[in-house]
Amino acid sequence: MSETPKPSPRVGLFVTCLVDLMRPSVGFAAVKLLEDAGCRVAVPSQTCCGQPAYNMGDRATTKEIARGVIKAFEGFDYVVAPSGSCGGMLAKHYPDLFADEPEMAARAQEFGDKCRELVSFLVDDLGVKAVKARCPAKATYHDSCSGLRELGVRDQPRRLLSTVEGIELTPLEGSDVCCGFGGTFAVKYGELSDAIVKEKTRAVAATGADLLLAGDLGCLLNMAGKLQREGRPIKARHVAEVLAGMTDEPAIGEPALKAKA
Amino acid sequence: MSVHPTTSRFKDNVHEALSDQRLQGALTFARNFIGRRAAAVERLPEFDALRDSARAIKDHTLAHLDLYLEAYEKKVLSLGGHVHWARDAAEARKIVIDLCKAKGAKAVTKGKSMISEEIGLNDALEAEGIEAIETDLGEYIIQLRGEAPSHIIAPAIHVTARDIEQEFRKAHKDLPASRDLSEPEQLLGEARKILRDKFLSADIGVTGANFLVAETGASIVVTNEGNADLTQILPNVHIVVASVEKIVPTLNDAAQILRVLARSATGQDMSVYTTLSAGPKRPGDPDGPEEYHVVILDNGRSAMLGGEFEDMLRCIRCGACMNHCPVYHAIGGHAYGWVYPGPMGAVLTPSLIGVKEGGALPNASTFCGRCEAVCPMRIPLPNMMRHWREREFERHLPPARQRFALALWAFFAKRPTLYRLATSPAMRALHFAGRSRGRFAWLPFAGGWTNARDFAAPQGATFQSRWRAKSGAVQ
Repeated sequence: MSETPKPSPRVGLFVTCLVDLMRPSVGFAAVKLLEDAGCRVAVPSQTCCGQPAYNMGDRATTKEIARGVIKAFEGFDYVVAPSGSCGGMLAKHYPDLFADEPEMAARAQEFGDKCRELVSFLVDDLGVKAVKARCPAKATYHDSCSGLRELGVRDQPRRLLSTVEGIELTPLEGSDVCCGFGGTFAVKYGELSDAIVKEKTRAVAATGADLLLAGDLGCLLNMAGKLQREGRPIKARHVAEVLAGMTDEPAIGEPALKAKA
Repeated sequence: MSVHPTTSRFKDNVHEALSDQRLQGALTFARNFIGRRAAAVERLPEFDALRDSARAIKDHTLAHLDLYLEAYEKKVLSLGGHVHWARDAAEARKIVIDLCKAKGAKAVTKGKSMISEEIGLNDALEAEGIEAIETDLGEYIIQLRGEAPSHIIAPAIHVTARDIEQEFRKAHKDLPASRDLSEPEQLLGEARKILRDKFLSADIGVTGANFLVAETGASIVVTNEGNADLTQILPNVHIVVASVEKIVPTLNDAAQILRVLARSATGQDMSVYTTLSAGPKRPGDPDGPEEYHVVILDNGRSAMLGGEFEDMLRCIRCGACMNHCPVYHAIGGHAYGWVYPGPMGAVLTPSLIGVKEGGALPNASTFCGRCEAVCPMRIPLPNMMRHWREREFERHLPPARQRFALALWAFFAKRPTLYRLATSPAMRALHFAGRSRGRFAWLPFAGGWTNARDFAAPQGATFQSRWRAKSGAVQ
């Protein structure tokens, strides 16, 4: 956490591969939130933080990807990701990754120190206290694991959500329990992942909410996919979409609007 | 009680566990520990500072393990006890069996000990015609059922009260059918009655140890039932089986770690009984064994020293990691296929039985990090599971299909421009294919996902291609 943010910090948006590929609207919501808070945002050419390789034990590939990311983003005051998982990878795991290369480790540490998860960056670093957005919904919020436990993201999204007009935030029992996504885990151990996400959708349904929010698209794709398979009428969105007031796009996994008409 | 692992069949074990409705019902109990631990931690503001100090004690001890083990041995010898060193499970079994034979033992009572499970002691005793009697209630129940523990501190957590009643009615021949056993207290009373006679007739008592104290030569064992006390005091011979990393330098060190142990395990401030034993009965002692033996087991642990899995040797077997693990909650302990379940088992099992047999366990984690967050010894469990995946990857153990997919993905992930050019049309195509429903119920090569849940259709062109179009490709 920096004490005195520069007047208009230069932020490199690490958009994350899932947002880039699956849900660009989250990226644009992130840009809007950052610019509204006075940041100058740029998007260097990028792919992925390397977690799929890292978590499969392919350290060499991970390092190669990490070197590329560090190089592409080194010039910014901050590197911000709309994800606690990727943010945690950049901030906490890159320095570990180069533990056996002192020079690179120092670079990775310096880089890691500038990396942030989007919503906690807005609140903790930029001092954002409220957003101008409207979202009439009964919503509940799931804490994604890496954001919560690696980066301490918990109160920040709830605080900002409470300033969204029309939203009613209802607590989710076991909001700090994993949804069962875990990247490739969801596919490699599909049955196990299913058992875990079922617990989560049961808890989500028990809140009576009609909108499920979280700060990581991976978890959201998992939970939304399960809610839909179970036929539960609960929509899922990334928290940035709601905070930016950009909820025109259909919710995750929902058909385009014309189907409604 | 089998030491023959089924860990390599982990996926089948998972399927079986998830299909077992009785087990699924029983498993909800494991979650009760979560609130109790949280309340205990809440009551002790210095809990995190104690964790740091507990970690420092173990780290220091592991760095000087030889020194403290030798000091401990010297102390035990000076108290009139015996110390036996076992390199592996077979040696440990042989030491205990030889002692039993030398004493002509027919019945051995046992306190709860994971080391005894690890070396398969009960089977070995039975094979020699020596009766092994588990005296911890949970262990006694699963012994009747012919099962291994499914949790390191609550071995029968997978069993319901009704299951226990059935087992007792089957095993306890003198139990009248009319006796009411519908309340837990009644089950406890019945077990107590049976075990009392066993305690009194045993020739040898075997316990584990939570700590071996180098300073005093004492072994410390914690229980909630007092069964370990009777196991070690009543028979003529007391044998402690413990692994090398149970050593701590001083009683004060043990006391510090005890402050985090029970709180992390069950949420108690202390276990009901914390029992120290050091050497055989001395002249003037009112009770105690005539002979006192300690079997110190290595079984692969010294090979972990100085390596990337050394931190695991700090583990004090509190069970907090499994109590907070979503995978453990879903499948229980038996599915892990060997002695140690949950996150600590996922790290320790490949160390002790090899990554080829145990490699599935460190893979079956979402890396949610809840285990590390509650571990009193601050063991970086997810990181060590990842280290195992790295060891596996180096040895080309993951299936060829997974390796191929990873290599293909990596090719693009290392080349941002090519990646952008390739992904945007692909996402547009996928968007087009899924636009009417907004999602897919089935996708080729994604059965692991779509068997259980829908897959959202992407929004179309990628963020990066849209961003470039918007900003006139100046970046």
